[in-house]
Formats: sequence, C-alpha cells, structure tokens
Amino acid sequence: MLIRFFYMLRDGGVPVSITEFLALLEGLKERATSLSVDDFYYLARLVLVKDERYYDRYDRVFSDHFKGVENALQILEASQLPAEWLRRQAELLLSAEERAKVEALGGLDALMEALRERLSEQKSRHQGGNKWVGTAGRSPFGAYGYNPEGVRIGQDESRERQAVKVWDRREFSNLDDTLELGTRNIKLALRRLRRFAREGAAEELDLGGTIDATARNAGWLDLRLVPERRNTIKVLLFLDVGGSMDDHVRLSEELFTAARSEFKHLEYYYFHNCVYESVWRDNHRRHSQRMSLAEVMRTYGSDYRLVFVGDAAMGPYEILQAGGSVEHWNEEPGSAWLTRLRQAYPKHVWLNPEPENRWGYVPSIDLMRRLFEGRMFPLTLAGIDRAMRALNAR
Amino acid sequence: MAAIRFQGTDRYVVTEDLALAVNAAVTLSRPLLIKGEPGTGKTQLAEEIAHSLKKPLLEWHIKSTTKAQQGLYEYDAVSRLRDSQLGEARVADIGNYIVKGRLWEVFISDEQPVLLIDEIDKADIEFPNDLLRELDRMEFYVYETRELIKARHRPIILITSNNDKELPDAFLRRCFFHYIRFPDAATMTRIIEMHYPNIKADLLKEALESFYRLREVPGLKKKPSTSELLDWLKLLLADDISAEALRGADGQSAVPLMYGALLKNEQDVHLFEKLVFMDRRQNR
Repeated sequence: MLIRFFYMLRDGGVPVSITEFLALLEGLKERATSLSVDDFYYLARLVLVKDERYYDRYDRVFSDHFKGVENALQILEASQLPAEWLRRQAELLLSAEERAKVEALGGLDALMEALRERLSEQKSRHQGGNKWVGTAGRSPFGAYGYNPEGVRIGQDESRERQAVKVWDRREFSNLDDTLELGTRNIKLALRRLRRFAREGAAEELDLGGTIDATARNAGWLDLRLVPERRNTIKVLLFLDVGGSMDDHVRLSEELFTAARSEFKHLEYYYFHNCVYESVWRDNHRRHSQRMSLAEVMRTYGSDYRLVFVGDAAMGPYEILQAGGSVEHWNEEPGSAWLTRLRQAYPKHVWLNPEPENRWGYVPSIDLMRRLFEGRMFPLTLAGIDRAMRALNAR
Repeated sequence: MAAIRFQGTDRYVVTEDLALAVNAAVTLSRPLLIKGEPGTGKTQLAEEIAHSLKKPLLEWHIKSTTKAQQGLYEYDAVSRLRDSQLGEARVADIGNYIVKGRLWEVFISDEQPVLLIDEIDKADIEFPNDLLRELDRMEFYVYETRELIKARHRPIILITSNNDKELPDAFLRRCFFHYIRFPDAATMTRIIEMHYPNIKADLLKEALESFYRLREVPGLKKKPSTSELLDWLKLLLADDISAEALRGADGQSAVPLMYGALLKNEQDVHLFEKLVFMDRRQNR
C-alpha cells in the first residue's frame, strides 16, 4: 500500500527518494506516532517532503491515495458486509486491550451488526455531504473501526480538526510552483563564471610565503599574509521588463537573485523590448531617472561581461528602424545601439526565457540571434551553462 | 524508546503537527529542518525543546563567513609557531593548538544535547554539503592529532532556515522537514493568553482582528508575525488601551494604534498609510 503511495508521490511531482521512504517505514516501525490517518499524514509529510513548495502536491496525492479508502467503504456497503471478513480484519488489527473494550460493548458480533446497520444508515448521510464514516463524532466505531486497508476511520474526541480536512483544505496551494530551476541551481551554473584573484586587505596566512620568509630569516618566524581569494568577475546585466516579459517575471527574478548574490560586481539596468539610447535602474522612476547608454559605456569598462535577459519578442521594426520604439521616438534604430554595446563589451550573451525550439518561428528572435551572432542561449540551466562558457571563452 | 515527548511548554505553544515533527525527529534521531516566516518562533523552538526535555542546548549561529570546518575544530598554527620560538613547553603537544568547534562540544557532551544550527541558509552554498558526513555518522576525523571524534550521544539537531538560499538535495534527504505555518486565530489566541494571561477578551479579539486584517493588506514587504504581534500587545497593555479605543471612535478601526510595532519597513508604513487614507475617503 505504501509502495503505491510512494510511486504516486513521485508521479505527482514530489521528489522523494528511497532513503526518505525507508526513513518513513522506520518511523512507522518505531511507532514514532500513533497510527491515525492524521498523524500518518504529518509523519509522511515530515519525512518525505523537503520544501513547503511541495506541500500542496503532497496534499493532492495524499487525498487521491486515501480516496481509495472511501471507495473501499462503499464497496463494503454494496457487498452487504460479509461479517466473517469484517471480523477477521478486526481481529487482525485490534490489540487485546481493545478487543476487551469491544467485548464490553456487547461482543464483536453485536458490534459488527451495529456497524453494518450504521454503515447502511450512513449511505443516505453520504449523499447529504458527509464524506467519511466516523467523522460524525461519538460513534463507537470511531475508536475501533478500521477499514480493510488498515486505516483508522474515526477520531479522538478531543481533536478539533478532522483529519481529512487538513489535506483537503490544501493550505499550501499558493506555495506550489512548478519551478524550472531554483536559485540554487542557477547559482551553481553561474559559478562557471568565476575568476578568482587576490585583492584587498591581506588577512589570510600565506603558508608558502611564511615558510620561505622564515627560512630566509634563519628560522626566526616571519609571518606573511595575503588577501583572500575573491571572485572578481564583473557583470553588466540588462533586463527586459514589461510586455511579453510578464510571463517570465519569476524566472528573471530568480536569475537576478542568484546573480546578485553570486557576483560582487554586478551592475544592472532595465530596458523594454529593445535597447535604445537610454536605460533605467528603477522601474518606478523609469521616465525620470534614465541613464544614457553612452554614459553606461563610459562608466563600465570593457572587462565587464554583458548579459541581456529578454524574450526578444517584438515587432522587427522595433529593432531595425529609427522611431520603431513603442514607447518614444528613437532617433537611431535599436540595432545600432546593440551593435555599439556589443563592440564596447566583446564578451556578451543574450539569455532568452522563450523555449529554444520556438525561436525560429518568431522573426524578431531570429533577427536578434543573428545580430548576436548566435550568442543567444535559452534561460535554462543548460542554457546558462553554455552562456557562461561563451562568456569565459578566449 | 524513551517515553519523553515534547508537548510544548508553559511559554511556547506547539501545534499538533509541530509536536509530532519534533517527537519523530527525536525518536528517529534525524536532524529536523525548520522553515517558516520570520518571527514564528523557529529559534525559540530549540530552547523550548531543550528546556522541556531537560537537555543542554548548544547553539551554532551561522554567518555568511562561517565555514563547516569551524564547527568541527580549528588548528591555530600561528600561535604554535610563535610559541615554538619562545620555547614554550606546551608546543610539543599539537592538541594544545586545536580549538574545539561547536560540533565537537556537542559530540563530547556527557548527556544527549540539543544542537541548534541557526540560519543555515546564511552560509555559503556548499556549507551544508560539508556537514553531510558529520551529521550522518556523527563523527569526524582530526587530521592533526589523528583521532576520530565520535558522538557519545546522538544529539537532537534542529536546523533553521529562512529560505535565503536553497539547500542541496543530499542534505535535505538526511533531514526531516517542517514548515511552521503562520498560526491561525485559534492558535494565536492560545499563544497570546500564554504570554499575557490577564488580557481582556474584547481587547484581544479586537487586536487579533486588526492584526489579521493588516496581514491581508496586499503588497506588504514584511507581513507582521507572531513576535511583532506580541510586542504590539505589550505596548497596548502598557498604555492600558481599551478595546473601544482600538476599535476607533467611528467604529471603523482603519488604523490600529501604534502600528509602528507591527510594520517594520518604511515602505510598508507608507503603503499602509496611503491605503488607510484612500479607505477613509471612500467611507466619507
């Protein structure tokens, strides 16, 4: 039963591994919790799910899986409850102590009879919207009734929430994202673009230097320090915002977050669709505080790596013609500015969140790719990796 | 299996699922990774576990410069070199220059300790990977003295994260994970009653309503959390504000009094004031 649950979770997009599954079984064996559905729900979530993003998926799979329980009950009703079978199940599942309690309630047979009546009674109540046997509360079967799959139907009286509700509520639905790549993976991909150099204050012990100096000093200790190794790569990031990029906001944000923490020298500017004579830093003041591209090129030296992020989906005239911009009158076509930028920064790439196989069908993407001489890469892990290699080349 | 179970303390309310998470982690001796909004009591949980299970608590606070090795030990080669020139006798024993880290202290503790690794996401992205073996096998090797440090008792490990960085899969696989959900109104009432037992019911109701309303204001950078709510209530109690005053003279209660305790971000305060202003204009 649990193996099916395990595979359902994997199919449902919750990344669970065998280690975690074994840990869950260990937990059940060790009786880390009581064996109510409620506790099982929490225990399995604790052990199997490692990110709150997946809580919702887990809830859905859990609910799906335990729908089977409900179905089993209906089959039970339909089949007029073979008493023999019910008893065997009960004996299998009940402890001696519990069985004693059952005796106190008039013996198993009487109880089973009552349960059968109760279940058929509940058929009509099901239609009234009550989904689960035993959630009604004080039925004696709450504590002792098990369904054939070994799951407790009822609840403790004290419990304020009903088990089912917890996962049927799906409280974590807004945390679920089908992330193509997490920031961690992006950061790892960005690591390719590392150039270490020793700069700044000397605070690390230079072992080789110290030994050398000490030897020269006739064995008298002479400490040598060197600056720590730091990533000195410089990156100039141009991000497309608004319009068709709205679909890719999340991805761009992730890339941006990852880049911000990975590169110490990161400068970024925004543009819309295509780069013209000026760009901006703050999207709220994009009209008042713009920086001219000429100034950008003056400020940042050619040792900066230039990275464009945009879907390049626009009218071809926005790239090719003077006055082609959708926002203002541009004296020179975007392609002229792009060429200047590309000349100013020989190491440049364009990252495109659109899937690579679509590029050929959008004329402006195709155009931009040709403008960049093929240095356009998809905004996926593999794409970033290729882009970083391209930036490092030569 | 020890029958000690964590049920929360007289200072800390645990929900059923959190208690289960802690107990399962203790029983199966796996590290428990706790995430959740800032101010939901992640760090405090470790203190309360230690307090309630009567075990010593050792905290290891992680900073961006923290290296995994620092948690094990550091070899102070420089002072040894210096001592050797001064002819100190202790130089002969390299063990004198091994500085024990937090994990070492935990491993040699006489009774089972609770170890809190606070804000693990602050460290370098590879940091958790460097601790895999130590957390898995509960042992590490000191190369300088050629000794193997093994944990005498498997500690109860609690790790908190604020989601600054994503943690590596290999690391996650070894942990149990629990996300502390923001408490619902019923739990919140319990929390507040625990902290301020004498609070008037009507004030509490009024305050909670404003609080949850404030949390629903769209676009807040940092939603007020439990710890902020508790601070705010402290202010309200200190000034002996009545529920009527909180509700506001006109019965609209658009602006909670002293909301500075709830909103910590200048932009949020601006946004909130703007919304209140617009709200008032509409109601006029």
